[in-house]
Amino acid sequence: MLTFILRRLLVAIPTILILIVISFVLMFAAPGGPFNAERPLPPDVMANIEARYGLDQPYAVQIFNYVKNIVLHFDFGPSFKYRDQTVSGLIAQGFPVTLTYGTWAFAVAVVFGVALGVVAAVRQNTWVDYLATGSAIGASVLPNFVLGPLLVLVFTLWLGWLPAGGWYGGQWQYVILPVAALATSYLAAIARIMRSSMLEVMNSGFIRTARAKGLPMRRIILRHALKPAILPVLSYLGPAFVAMITGSVVVDVFFSTGGIGQYFVNAALNRDYSVIMGVTILVGVLTIVFNLLVDILYAWIDPKIRY
Amino acid sequence: MAVRSTFRAASLLALLATGAMAQATHPETGDPLAENQTFSWRILDEVPTLDPGLIEDVDSGSIARQLFEGLYNQDAQGNIVPGVALDHTLSEDGLTYTFNLRPEARWSNGEPVTANDFVYAWRRAADPATASPYSWYIDLMKVAGAAEVVAGEAAPDTLGVRAVDDHTLEVTLTQPIPYFPQMVTHYTTYPVLQSNIEEHGDAWTQPGNMVSNGAYVLSERVPQERTVVTRNENYWDNANTVLNEVSFLIINDENQGLTRWIAGELDATDVPIGQFPRLKEEYPEEVHAVPNLCTYYYAINVRPDSDPALLDVRVREALNLAIDRDVIVNSILAAGQLPAYTLAHPATAGYEVPEVPIATMTQEERNTRAQELLAEAGFGPEGEPLTFEIIYNTDQAHQQLAVAIGQMWKQTLGVETTLANQEWQTFLDTRREGNFQIARAAWCADYNEASTFLDLMTADNESNDPRYENPEYDALMEESRTAADPQPLYTQAEEMLARDMPILPIYFYAKDFMLDASIKGYAFENAQENWYAKDMYRIAQE
Repeated sequence: MLTFILRRLLVAIPTILILIVISFVLMFAAPGGPFNAERPLPPDVMANIEARYGLDQPYAVQIFNYVKNIVLHFDFGPSFKYRDQTVSGLIAQGFPVTLTYGTWAFAVAVVFGVALGVVAAVRQNTWVDYLATGSAIGASVLPNFVLGPLLVLVFTLWLGWLPAGGWYGGQWQYVILPVAALATSYLAAIARIMRSSMLEVMNSGFIRTARAKGLPMRRIILRHALKPAILPVLSYLGPAFVAMITGSVVVDVFFSTGGIGQYFVNAALNRDYSVIMGVTILVGVLTIVFNLLVDILYAWIDPKIRY
Repeated sequence: MAVRSTFRAASLLALLATGAMAQATHPETGDPLAENQTFSWRILDEVPTLDPGLIEDVDSGSIARQLFEGLYNQDAQGNIVPGVALDHTLSEDGLTYTFNLRPEARWSNGEPVTANDFVYAWRRAADPATASPYSWYIDLMKVAGAAEVVAGEAAPDTLGVRAVDDHTLEVTLTQPIPYFPQMVTHYTTYPVLQSNIEEHGDAWTQPGNMVSNGAYVLSERVPQERTVVTRNENYWDNANTVLNEVSFLIINDENQGLTRWIAGELDATDVPIGQFPRLKEEYPEEVHAVPNLCTYYYAINVRPDSDPALLDVRVREALNLAIDRDVIVNSILAAGQLPAYTLAHPATAGYEVPEVPIATMTQEERNTRAQELLAEAGFGPEGEPLTFEIIYNTDQAHQQLAVAIGQMWKQTLGVETTLANQEWQTFLDTRREGNFQIARAAWCADYNEASTFLDLMTADNESNDPRYENPEYDALMEESRTAADPQPLYTQAEEMLARDMPILPIYFYAKDFMLDASIKGYAFENAQENWYAKDMYRIAQE
């Protein structure tokens, strides 16, 4: 097991490097640059600015320096667009925000998604199932850029219970709507995976045996069916967790949370090269780590899996 | 006993004082003031920087205007009023300005603001090492030596700005500029404190580090959420400042901005496109449309290698005539915009829009004339068919206009159009390189004088995207710089543009926004939208 983990971590290093190189190439292949503006800069001024950010160097040198600064100083450089900020500073400020609402959204999605899936499977083809499946499908076709305004309409404008935006250090009333907007579609996806996986398990031999032995239904579900049925959900949860804690551009932009989710889109549109690289590497590393964790969990839950 | 009565007298005084506070009135207008003296304003995106030397955008400028104070400020109408400078004298040749600085001006750390702070700031803004995207502004002001300093050919200390003594600043220009005093209200010219910048380096603009000389100091900065400034106790006019705190909330989506405004989460936000008439009806007191010094136009590629049809001035004129501006401003935009037939915005200070022929025709006359011109050029229904591509940066509003204009051209002239949208950075490249036939464009004033618009079409202007090159036009603009009354020259220049038509002006911007009814003192008539929170206040409401 330990050698497996070590091996996976070693493979991660070249993976990240390849990620960096590909991102760099894609970034520079896009037309435009971070300092294009409505009023074009005089060539002298442009040269001064490019020199300051090292953009006058050959690409290979730029990549080398970039990686060197990360490895030696853990320095992701300054933001090109937000000149008062460093990339590390932006991430240090924005990541705790998305981590907060992402983790809550994850918890909500997993608890309610799994519960909904199990209930729907156990009561297959009853009104409970139809209701659960129906609302899951409804939730998954409702994108969060539609859900966000709907939530605000109901909870801010009609009921006046919750603020429509802002974060203010993560006070609870500012967290609820972002969590709801983010969790819904994941909840629906988890419910659907859970339901079909649960149905499959409930129809397998060992459950039939358990039922034949006269075990109570509650015990069969909790002790015997849940564990094998949750495996497909688990493999979905690794990447989903990373996606949730790195936030969503829609949630961040709509609710003005200040989270890092928005940088995935904004940084690319602004050609803010250093921020693009920073968030890409962050997601890359998180994805590798959580996929590894999921694999370890798998081995623990499913005795058939060996390394 | 004596002790007690003193104590009672003191508490009575304190009571009176708080009573007076609760019923405080504005020193000038006498309006009853609210206890909550805060103001919140929506901005679109996290501001790139609060370093006056580096700022290049409106929102950063709006925050910096509260934090710093330049030589002059603007009043609610956009006229210059004393800032750090009380007044100035001008040498006879019009080249040397001597500003007398206010001795009581202080930085937020209590140090006096001196002429050297301006010298340092201006040199720093022009210095290539600062890498300021607005260093050209110092050159635009025609400060002696600016061009050489920006180009790295001369040391920053050769710049024509000098501290005669602590409270006298002398600026030398290379040519007289009548509107120079207007230009020193701009954020690039704000003073910055050398010791503060040297102490903190790039981090000097963070809350806690920044020392500023305006009515407010930076207290909070949460990227992509909000920036908050609070009263500067050391500001020379602090006694007359009413608002205690100003928040800039970052709300990217204008509809969400409106929702939050309705929910009472902020005081000012923009009116989303198309919603002006409805909101005006619902909130007549709180919806405002004010002129905004920007002009929306279509640039026509007139480079020699462009589409031959577009190089025919009759075709360009036909396209120009066939655009029904009244439909655009009244039915599509419907938020206080004005139809444009010329380039410079009518609200520009000291500028009168020349009456070009097209402006006085009816749309029917224009359409008839357009059809004649196109037929004359050998195109249109009876001639060669025409298809043009309009490019614009991805945005619903630009798309709506392009669709409408395409439709007008098709109906009136039988000209087909295709539309292509590009995201902003790509769009800028395409337009600059001339890979287009017709491109959407807009220009906003850098300073409140018509040359900020008309200079666009000079041959050496980098933003002259049509690549209009006319030595006569350039000569007019050159002459206008030193003219005692530039208006006749501007009129000629506008007429020249209306004749040669490298651009099709479409409309003059208006800024429409919602402002909470309790907020008073906003600079509605300042066409550059330069508002100063120190002049604003919140009144008590019943």
